Amino acid sequence: MSQGLRDSILLRTKILQAIRAFFDQRGFTEVETPILLPYIIPEAHIDAIRTDEGYLHTSPELCMKMLLDRGYGNIFQICKCFRKGERGTLHLPEFTMLEWYHLGIDYNGLMDECELLIYTICKEVVNKEGIIYKGNSIDLTLPWDRISLKDAFLRYASVSLEDAIKQDIFEEIMVKEVEPRLGINRPVFVKDYPASMAALSKISCADPGISERFELYICGLELANGYTELTDIKEIKERLDNENRKRALMGKDRYPIPKGFLRLKKIPECAGIALGIDRLVMLFCNSAGIDEVVALTYEEI
Amino acid sequence: MYTASDLRKGLKIVINNEPYVIIDFQFSKPGKGQALYRCKLRNMITGIIVDKTYRSIDTFQPADLEERKMQFLYKQDDQYCFMDMETYDQVFLTEDQVGEAKNFLTDNLEVEVLFFEGRPIGINLPNFVDLKVIKSDPWVKGDSVSSNTKPVTLETGYVIRVPTFIEEGEKIRVDTRTGEYVTRIKG
Repeated sequence: MSQGLRDSILLRTKILQAIRAFFDQRGFTEVETPILLPYIIPEAHIDAIRTDEGYLHTSPELCMKMLLDRGYGNIFQICKCFRKGERGTLHLPEFTMLEWYHLGIDYNGLMDECELLIYTICKEVVNKEGIIYKGNSIDLTLPWDRISLKDAFLRYASVSLEDAIKQDIFEEIMVKEVEPRLGINRPVFVKDYPASMAALSKISCADPGISERFELYICGLELANGYTELTDIKEIKERLDNENRKRALMGKDRYPIPKGFLRLKKIPECAGIALGIDRLVMLFCNSAGIDEVVALTYEEI
Repeated sequence: MYTASDLRKGLKIVINNEPYVIIDFQFSKPGKGQALYRCKLRNMITGIIVDKTYRSIDTFQPADLEERKMQFLYKQDDQYCFMDMETYDQVFLTEDQVGEAKNFLTDNLEVEVLFFEGRPIGINLPNFVDLKVIKSDPWVKGDSVSSNTKPVTLETGYVIRVPTFIEEGEKIRVDTRTGEYVTRIKG
């Protein structure tokens, strides 16, 4: 084992310990939900790995929301997630996710909690208020910057967000022009995604064109996705049906709608977020590739 | 046929009827958006490098490429003639298609000729070839700033820097990938 890998594996353990201590202090319950599921939440651009018995979950979102309905209160989970075909320097088809739900707060409160978590991890693990990643010195002192997706495009992209979506080049512009400039010396939350990209987030009361969704970027690296949760089951069902329609248009199979979940009446008001642990370890280890922070990859076995 | 998820470094595909090899590959997936497959590709005929971004719905034809062992026979005007040693078929390549390899081609040298859809498009040389020094000016100590090497002309016309002890008429081994001197061939 190389020294670099040994360091990153040790650091991963410390980071996981710091995460558990953080949520324990704040009264969260750690949960474990099934990874093998008969149903998954359909998303247009996320494909699940299918087995003889069902699907490997692509995130614990569905099950954790069922626990919220059952009165578990504030919950967090650290688990492996699986996404078919996602492989690159920043992607593993099997990766580690931290997901948590906080009752009674919205996405603003969740951004506060997310930045405090990572700042706390940094203090605990490397005993500093900043890190160096790919030669950039990143100041993690609070509070972190927040910018709307629309303004991020105005600042960094050659076209407006509206035009990029209209011309169907949103992803290309995001990847080539916007992401590489996000959070270079300070982390940044990119927020207020268009309603068409709401996923399962609540539409803003003030502006029906945007959703209360955000993504966290540190030094160009996308780390987390969170939102004020949509809690109305009827509306959730419409969103899922819509994702399945998009899948069908792309020639992908539709995912069966999770029946048990849709029998719930209403999810408690809350905000929820998923954070990629492997990428967080990459940041703290100054690693350029995700392979450098896992003990083994599928390809090596 | 390949799909976008097959794309990787080294894969050879057809774009606008020409063969390309992927020399760099990056998988991206912003937010909950669709996956992008960013490729740097080299045109295997012209050598020109291009950047392309593909999506998961894109499909590709594999490049129909074949390498055949052939012998270099002769050069006439701008044409280089090669012969298949089994079938005795002869093919011609232009100076552009031969490229830098012309500096190391001697009669009867065995090379690999690359065919795309049955047409010859280029050659691969062995990594090392032995070539005769046909011109070397007598070396005078203190002649040059880099005094431990001197330029000589090889039988192909290629000018190369060699150690000062190499003399006209001797054979040397050259690395065709770097174009540099490797060793003196005795005998």
